[in-house]
Amino acid sequence: MDDVELRRLVPRVIGVLVRRGADFATAEDAVQEALIRAVTAWERQRPSDPEGWLITVAWRAFVDMARSESARRQREFRFDGEPTPGPVAGSGADDTLSLYFLCAHPELTPSSAVALTLRAVGGLTTRQIAQAYLVPEATMAQRISRAKRTVGRGGLDRPGDVATVMRVLYLVFNEGYTGDVDLAAEAIRLTRELSGLVDDPEVDGLLALMLLHHARRRSRNGPDGRIVPLAEQDRTRWDTGLISEGVAVLQAALGRDRLGEYQAQAAIAALHADAERFEDTDWVQIVEWYDELLRFADTPITRLNRAVAVGEADGAPAGLAALAGVDPATPRWEAVAAFLHERNGDLATAAGLYAAAARNAPNLAERDHQSRQAARLNQRLNG
Amino acid sequence: MAKYLLLKHYRGAPAAVNNVPMDQWTPSEVEAHIQYMNDFAAKLEASGEFVDGQALAPDGMWVRHDGPGKPPVTDGPFAETKDLIAGWMIIDVDSRERAIELAGELSAAPGANGEPIHEWLEVRPFLTMPPTVAD
Repeated sequence: MDDVELRRLVPRVIGVLVRRGADFATAEDAVQEALIRAVTAWERQRPSDPEGWLITVAWRAFVDMARSESARRQREFRFDGEPTPGPVAGSGADDTLSLYFLCAHPELTPSSAVALTLRAVGGLTTRQIAQAYLVPEATMAQRISRAKRTVGRGGLDRPGDVATVMRVLYLVFNEGYTGDVDLAAEAIRLTRELSGLVDDPEVDGLLALMLLHHARRRSRNGPDGRIVPLAEQDRTRWDTGLISEGVAVLQAALGRDRLGEYQAQAAIAALHADAERFEDTDWVQIVEWYDELLRFADTPITRLNRAVAVGEADGAPAGLAALAGVDPATPRWEAVAAFLHERNGDLATAAGLYAAAARNAPNLAERDHQSRQAARLNQRLNG
Repeated sequence: MAKYLLLKHYRGAPAAVNNVPMDQWTPSEVEAHIQYMNDFAAKLEASGEFVDGQALAPDGMWVRHDGPGKPPVTDGPFAETKDLIAGWMIIDVDSRERAIELAGELSAAPGANGEPIHEWLEVRPFLTMPPTVAD
């Protein structure tokens, strides 16, 4: 049993403890404690029933925690023994789904929901989550315990919202990876589990979107971390296994005729994945999907990306016309404007816009990329 | 989920409203100021928004490479340097609004007469990692 298999059991075990009467916050701590003990105990000998082992050890840890809490408060303790052994009642799937909803509760801020989801549903340690988000472990511990206090009062019975869960998982995926945890892979794992728990084609759309983007991860950056634009990516390095899975998941979702923004975004990603060479990209269909996407998420960023697609489908002047309707304050607006002006033959304007794009870039890789574009055009203009 | 640097300047920021230098405060005013700063950091730790906080000595020097095989050249400190950083706090917050709110609170630290200093703090967003979904 590897780390991921072990972590898969975490939400189920938390669910069992809560159903036996534990409060969510303590149950979650107890399961983390059991996980830590499993790492050493299972090295010597793996139990025949890992889930049963975790439930037993987590329950004991919970009883210990509750006892010392109770002693501290000098009041009656209501959990004074082992639970009756026997099969676990209730549906583990329902418990796990409730836990997803709880951790992505609308009362939580996005960063708290992300942290709580990674710990209670993903089974990651506080240290791993802190490393992934580049904050001190103590800060992450506080963020998680506050989040637990916010949501823990009602146990697992609070109503949930699959839309907030999807937003949280999308945030986790988009963070990529910075530490020893591949957050994109973890987001895919959790979305895959979620897709088995709820009947919603948008969840499958989100899963497809992640798979199709993850398939291109090896080609998106050069060995030095530099951004490699889609047009220049080595498509032989795309992961065809992930692409076929993503396309299959998407097709099944689209067949159910309940379109939403994640399915539309996945459809765009699928059309890119479909093209053997950049020149083969079906830009006309991509523009059509952007129009669909606008019905669900009419954001400046969607309109900006649509302008790029229009420029490819109908030529740079059409792209610039589409760009005219986009707020210039939108992130990466200068980069798109520069690209379209260069395509349109106006190198001087494009060079100035690339320089502006570099100044306003939200991250270092993007700044370097736009600086190189500006330098390339200025060399041509001066040469 | 964005990191911001809250920069405090010895020199170079616009003048604070309650602009009395610290060496002219009473001891209890100094104590109250230090307490406020400690409480502020502790509050950020408790809210899960604290990343780092450091103070810098006012005197430093300029250093540059001076060619292969040679030791680096040092110079300064230059008394006329316009901008002098006193220290910083790094926060990890959900929004720009929250960063501004916290900087405003930090700027309200008490100074002379126990009144808020209203000092200007520089708030600078960190450049981030590129997002996974970029096209």
